[in-house]
Amino acid sequence: MKHTTRTLLVALGLASSLSAFAFETDKPECIAPAKPGGGFDLTCRIASNGFGDAGLLPSPMAVTFMPGGVGAVAYNHINSNRRDDGDALVAFSSGSLLNLAQGKWGKQLDENDARWVGAAGVDYGAVIVKSDAPWNTLGELVEAIKADPSAFVLGAGGGVGSQDWMKAAILMKSAGVDPKKMRYVAYEGGGEAIAALMGGHIKVYPGDMGEMKGQLEAGRMKVLAVMSDHRLEGEFKDIPTAAEQGYDAEWAILRGYYLGPDVSDEAYAYWTDTFNKAYENPIFLKTVEDKGLVPYKSAGEAFDADVKKRVNLMRELAKEAGLIN
Amino acid sequence: MEVLSALATGFSVAFTPLNLFLVLFGCFTGTLIGSLPGIGPINGVAILLPLAYSIGLPPESALILLAGVYYGAEYGGRISSILLNVPGDAGAIMTTLDGYPMSKRGEGGRALAISAVSSFAGSMGALLMMVIMAPLLSELAIRFGPTEYVMLMVFAFTCLATMVGSRPIKTLIGTLIGLVLATVGVDSGTGVLRFTMDIPNFFDGVDFLVVVIGVFAISEVLVLLEQWVNNDLKVTPVGKSFVTFADIVKVRWVILRSTVIGFFIGVLPGTGASIASAVAYGTEKRMAEGDSDEFGKGDIRGLAAPEAANNASAAGAMVPMLTLGIPGSGTTAILLGALLMFNITPGPLLFEQKPEIAWGLIASMFLGNIALLVLNLPLIGVFVRLLSIRQSYLIPVIVMLTFVGIYSIHGDSFDLFFMVILGIFGFILRKLHFSLAPVILGLVLGEVLEENLRRSLSMSGGDWSILLSGNITIGLAIASVLALVLPFLLKRIKGKGRTAQLQAELDD
Repeated sequence: MKHTTRTLLVALGLASSLSAFAFETDKPECIAPAKPGGGFDLTCRIASNGFGDAGLLPSPMAVTFMPGGVGAVAYNHINSNRRDDGDALVAFSSGSLLNLAQGKWGKQLDENDARWVGAAGVDYGAVIVKSDAPWNTLGELVEAIKADPSAFVLGAGGGVGSQDWMKAAILMKSAGVDPKKMRYVAYEGGGEAIAALMGGHIKVYPGDMGEMKGQLEAGRMKVLAVMSDHRLEGEFKDIPTAAEQGYDAEWAILRGYYLGPDVSDEAYAYWTDTFNKAYENPIFLKTVEDKGLVPYKSAGEAFDADVKKRVNLMRELAKEAGLIN
Repeated sequence: MEVLSALATGFSVAFTPLNLFLVLFGCFTGTLIGSLPGIGPINGVAILLPLAYSIGLPPESALILLAGVYYGAEYGGRISSILLNVPGDAGAIMTTLDGYPMSKRGEGGRALAISAVSSFAGSMGALLMMVIMAPLLSELAIRFGPTEYVMLMVFAFTCLATMVGSRPIKTLIGTLIGLVLATVGVDSGTGVLRFTMDIPNFFDGVDFLVVVIGVFAISEVLVLLEQWVNNDLKVTPVGKSFVTFADIVKVRWVILRSTVIGFFIGVLPGTGASIASAVAYGTEKRMAEGDSDEFGKGDIRGLAAPEAANNASAAGAMVPMLTLGIPGSGTTAILLGALLMFNITPGPLLFEQKPEIAWGLIASMFLGNIALLVLNLPLIGVFVRLLSIRQSYLIPVIVMLTFVGIYSIHGDSFDLFFMVILGIFGFILRKLHFSLAPVILGLVLGEVLEENLRRSLSMSGGDWSILLSGNITIGLAIASVLALVLPFLLKRIKGKGRTAQLQAELDD
């Protein structure tokens, strides 16, 4: 009931003041819940540079860092200290949602403790091997894995239960191998995993397409399949999807932003509108692509529902994999 | 001579007025930032990164500025280590061991000067090695897999075992405390939360800087308070001491060895200045067998070794970052992020496609080091003057700065409370005559050891023999055993020789 009232209010708010909002941010901020340099930093730069260059904000957006527990510290901070701060967007990714679904952001907090406001873009999973590896298609790789699963060491930049692990597990599952049998090595971030792949310490790296930008040209790695429902564009247009090759292995990494749980409907409507304007703006879309993401246009209540649906799906997946009860 | 012409290209980039100015500005700002306790190179570079980006510098200039800050902060961190016993970052912990006793003796100027000279020599030596060997080294760096890291850590721990030598048991306990702290947080392998007590701030583990500042700076204040209550406050003598030629001659081989050690450890991804300086210190202490009593009480060799090593490792860390796109340390990870922001992907193609960036950066590092030496030697007198401020005024100011520094990391007051608790804990340890450096090193090395041990075992499916499956691992294992056994053997042989001699004298 509360939810519908809120939707109604937003709709009313939108209708009554299409151009002039009751709320306008005066010191916009994007909180990247990590150390500088990683994916959350990138997400915040998309908002800060993208909105800024497109002229959608009254003043420049500051990026601040609040590392800890893949977003856990920021989520708890917002929920205890800044529940109604309408100026602060916080970056999140599918990885954050996965932790949220598994209760790793604190047992008393779930996906209803934030107002999910807009998407930055999506990235897709990729099955990456060294360029001189003997396999050229996903099929050849899967056959090799099936022949002797224990000889196959996979590795990526996250622990068991992280989204990188999920990608590996999905890949194994689609090959008919029990994910619990796989030898998975957890690294600290994609960079370390790539180094391990180069050094021959791991054989397969289930990484992301975004980090392959400019890497294919260097010729040190090859991508056997992109884990998306359609082929990507530009330099990646020749890479077949997993589905094309007959394997049901899809993984999209969503990147976006949330606001505190008690942020006013006016502020929420203001940011929803800013995102919707940005999705129509070529400068913003170019920023998204420059950062290695594919634009994903979803904001406001629709986005909020989308995120909550994803968290539920992940909770199911995690239960299935025996990560939570 | 391809390298020379490439380097010449680099210098032509670095010698443009703008870039020359940026190198100097970066080094100077870096020194200032680094000398504030708790704000090390990582924060320095992270603070200036958005600035470099937003004022629209071309990529090579931005990188030159940031590298200058990196170097400057590495050097600046030593000032507080030596004068105040407060290490600015992990790489500076070992510097406190002999640096602080020297400044307490009134030789702060000498210590700072030796540190400057050793740092300079370490950096320059490492840069030369980098220019000559970069492509080869990047190969070596990726050969280092989880098993090699495990054995390297074992070696580092054996070096540590005899490092703070007079009380081996207390060193051991200190290291174990550090190791215990290292287990807090999300378990890297399985994602299970360990010892977090449901406090989200512990999910990512115990922040290393909070521990360093708590254990060193806050406990220092408590010691001071105690002296004040007992009316026992001593004024640190401020001598006009400076480095002498004899000092440099005495430490020349120390610097050379430590440079080589520091550089190679720096090249390996994931190991940084902290490990490099610990191994170098341990090695020198062992080399000085029989004459090592002064280590930890203000021996210039114990100061020169970690200083040369941590600066050499800073240069070494650039190798995998530039040639492979793999950062060797936290700070180079941010530099890598800076490159990516300018749409430049580091990797083998960087040297071919953007030589002005790769070589310009290397050339500016040479310039930066010269600038640092020129800048810092004359300023030593000013820095030392810090000590003539009464400590009862100075230390509270330091504490204020540390609070600001720590708060700026996460923007959360939790860290401040935790830091104070750790400070009280550090004070108790001090009263029990524990050395604090092993605690910190246990924390740093423990993480690397555990993560890589788990990786090795998940590769082999739980088979421990994987740890001795390669040439490098076997070599490191032998080195570790030797490091443990050799001192005892040497002592016995020497001892036997001496008793035999005594016997012979008595017989006469």
